[in-house]
Amino acid sequence: MTSTVSSVDTTAATDPGAAADAAVAAILDATVRPAPGAPRGVVVDSPPGAGKSTLVVRAAQELVGAGERLMIVAQTNSQVDDLVDRLASKAPELTIGRLHAADTPPTAEAVRHPNVTASAKPGDLLALDAVISTAAKWQWVRDVEPWRHAIVDEAYQMRSDALLAVARLFERALFVGDPGQLDPFTVVGTEQWSGLSHDPSSSAVVTLLAHNPAIRPHRLPVSWRLPASAAPLVSEAFYPYTPFHAGTGPGDRLLLPGGRADGSAVDAAIDEAAEYGWALLELPARYTVRTDPQAVAAVAATVRRLLDRGVLAVSEQGRRPLTAERIAVGTAHRDQAAAVRAALLELGVPVDATTGPAVAVDTANRLQGREYDVTVVLHPLSGRHDATAFHLETGRLCVLASRHRHACIVVARAGIAELLDEHPATDPVQLGSAVRIPQGWEERIGGEVIPLLERVGAQFPDGWEANHRVLAELAEHRVRL
Amino acid sequence: MSLLSTLARLEAVRSGRAEPLATVRHRHLSERPMVLVPLATAAEDGAPLAVLLGTDREAPRLHLVPQPLNRELRTEFLAAFADDLLPYLESFAEAVELIEGSEKDPVTGEKTPVTRELCADAPQLLVPNAGAVRHLALIGRATRFRRTAADPDPGPHPAPARVPLLGRWLTHLTERAQVPGSSMLLPMTGLLARHWATGQSLLEDQHLAAQLAWHHPPAGLTGAQAAELAETARDEQGQLLHPPAGPATDPRFDEKLLAPAIARFDAALTARRGGPGTGAPGTVEACVEQLRALLLGVLLPTWSDVWSGLELLRALPPAAHLPERWEGDRWSYTGHRDRLAAGEPPQPRLDDAVTAARKLAQREREQARLDVQEALDDPLAMAERRLAGEAFAAEVVEVVLDHDTSGRTPRPRPLLVLRTADRPHAEVGREVHRIGAPSAQKGRIAAVEAEQGLVTVRLLSGMGRRRDPEPGTLPEPGERVLFALFELTPRQSAPLPEPDDTPWTHGGPPSAVRNSTAVAEEWA
Repeated sequence: MTSTVSSVDTTAATDPGAAADAAVAAILDATVRPAPGAPRGVVVDSPPGAGKSTLVVRAAQELVGAGERLMIVAQTNSQVDDLVDRLASKAPELTIGRLHAADTPPTAEAVRHPNVTASAKPGDLLALDAVISTAAKWQWVRDVEPWRHAIVDEAYQMRSDALLAVARLFERALFVGDPGQLDPFTVVGTEQWSGLSHDPSSSAVVTLLAHNPAIRPHRLPVSWRLPASAAPLVSEAFYPYTPFHAGTGPGDRLLLPGGRADGSAVDAAIDEAAEYGWALLELPARYTVRTDPQAVAAVAATVRRLLDRGVLAVSEQGRRPLTAERIAVGTAHRDQAAAVRAALLELGVPVDATTGPAVAVDTANRLQGREYDVTVVLHPLSGRHDATAFHLETGRLCVLASRHRHACIVVARAGIAELLDEHPATDPVQLGSAVRIPQGWEERIGGEVIPLLERVGAQFPDGWEANHRVLAELAEHRVRL
Repeated sequence: MSLLSTLARLEAVRSGRAEPLATVRHRHLSERPMVLVPLATAAEDGAPLAVLLGTDREAPRLHLVPQPLNRELRTEFLAAFADDLLPYLESFAEAVELIEGSEKDPVTGEKTPVTRELCADAPQLLVPNAGAVRHLALIGRATRFRRTAADPDPGPHPAPARVPLLGRWLTHLTERAQVPGSSMLLPMTGLLARHWATGQSLLEDQHLAAQLAWHHPPAGLTGAQAAELAETARDEQGQLLHPPAGPATDPRFDEKLLAPAIARFDAALTARRGGPGTGAPGTVEACVEQLRALLLGVLLPTWSDVWSGLELLRALPPAAHLPERWEGDRWSYTGHRDRLAAGEPPQPRLDDAVTAARKLAQREREQARLDVQEALDDPLAMAERRLAGEAFAAEVVEVVLDHDTSGRTPRPRPLLVLRTADRPHAEVGREVHRIGAPSAQKGRIAAVEAEQGLVTVRLLSGMGRRRDPEPGTLPEPGERVLFALFELTPRQSAPLPEPDDTPWTHGGPPSAVRNSTAVAEEWA
């Protein structure tokens, strides 16, 4: 009944492709042909770049192929439009409805396909194979027959109260999402409910699993995006429940800087990243304003040199020069992104994608779900004198450290490790929170500790520890500016 | 912290005095507020020690527990507290106004007119700080389920009749205090911090006396020096000259004065129980009097602090939207009054999934409404939004009449060319809302020339139903206008299922999970 891919031992799998195929087959099986008495929900934990989008398309195709109609829930309008576009291109045989709010029409990309119908009225779309909308819009849909199947995309970004409002619309659902991304949030206090299994501000998947213990989450075991140099670190630091492997081997992804290094620290960092997949370009320790001018300048110079040196990116997709649109700069705050954009413009690097190929400069929130060859990250804790919950949030660091196919260069002030040590988490412990103990932890930390962790509502992964882990790896690839 | 409030704090450091953060008062103040200063026992979380309360600055009333660990004395305290506070809370129940509304029949969907009562005013409790609110919530949780002699099964220790009622009111008030912008239960430190910035940290602002010290430092002292004195100055016995506002007491007071006085009370009580003739008559009473004097001594400074804070706030003119928000509090009060009258059970220990989601939705809605209303009521609050790029003030350079001819009748879609010195996050296509238009007016940004400070907005609504805009609905060239990039009315929250229709994802209806271990909670 709970035959899930969790039983497939991926560590032994020599062929990542076969392991991934087996996982997808099991998920589709559980979704399209549920065993009698099986739980009504199927949860899929998907690490970065593990083929989540492909899975959603295939699940939709198979469900429709089995004679079902389905509803699909995503979280933001741009996610919905992307999904409509992808689904319509990959599955031209499906009729797709894009349900939208009256004042936010869908993008042109989403409705350019002949098999897509857009409407603000659910009644116009009921007969179509698949109807896609945001959770916010679905909440207002009433007086319809419930669908037999739903797919909830980016389910870890969905808030529990949103699921509460839409769950009446479907009988069974496939929940797909990346557990390492940023958690949903609210601007008002919710301490009153922390520790409750149905805390309305927690993630929809957390609530679902707490109330449906029979659901054993599936996982996609292979990241096709992250290179062999990054997958083990990202997996260990951010995905304790869902370990995964890189789909490519150590030598499969190469970054070949052309031209000769000019002897600067920036070039040394680029060479380090090309060789090992990681580099830390470290500035002297100092407390700075958020838009630290020297760190911003270092980020901009790194991007400029990446473009100037004629770097070649070699991968299973072939050889291609590293161009502006294959590079992203990630920051924690919007003003930092704005400062980096201004600095890049001064160096003549294009940053506006509407006018042609450009470097993407954005915050972690906006880089979620996107993929580049090389990323340059301004470390969220660089130059700070304190480590707040915002800066320690694992999702933020995880998003920034998992966007790249080849290499990630982190720019930071020295002293982050000391800063972390001075700011251990001081949040009050909430008794009775829903706790998932990661697989294999029982052996690692001893069985007697587990009940204690469960009682105090331990959170995994822990932002403080994850930060230290990433720093420890980066310290091996340090270049001082 | 926003840029402006950081600046105000820096200015306060330089001037040595509190600096204004608002030009108007953003919270409702009652004509007849009840000031309430509670103290807790160090021994046990949420165990009451004393409370000083009253509506008259000159006549505070003190209730105390002479031996905080004695459950009977605690119950006596709670009964006296209830008898003192409840008449004030209930005094607003009688005067009502009648509101005409309509109700939708759930079956036929027909609307029928109904008249509903809305209490004309509501109670207001003022406490020194956020800790006091939490303390009252704990008392509410500990008392609202107490059984009384009137219960079918009163149990071995029935509580006095009004104690559970006190618990229900305290629970209601502390829950309501979680709703942004509500004013039925307010901590003075929070009220002052909303309206003035001091030159100390937000954490230090939690000390009421220290925060007030920035408002009227003694001659020759800066605010920082006066605040430090308020926090640390002690007399020759080592007691704080200005005891903390509670609910916790100063440990040195506990050790040197309170504990010995309680010990004397215990001894006197033991002596009296020893039998007739043992213990001098009147010793117990004398010990209680000593405790009264001690506790009054540590409570009175905070009592007058709360009233001084109130005076400062009353000097500010009220914000325009206060009556609207206070009406929400009145509805909340009326609703609770009606639930009590209908004999409904006390608020449950834990919210079920639907109730929690409803409360969260309400709080988010009210937070959005509060942010908008504060910005509309107060140029300083609006300045924060403008600095954040969420609003901009501008001068109208040109008005170009234009029409949307796609429909059957042409509709006015004029373009406003605006010159602004602000730096709004204006992207083409972004929705904007005009503040101060005769009726709600929406537009979309049509062009931006950031270097020249020019923003072109195409107006989409609020111009009447004719082909051309109604007179007065468009600003004239040269006129000053204000546009917000945020919506001026909060969005409605989506409907949630009834608790009995809680879906499988959230564990089904709450009645089915009532016996699960997560809900079990034990009380000492």
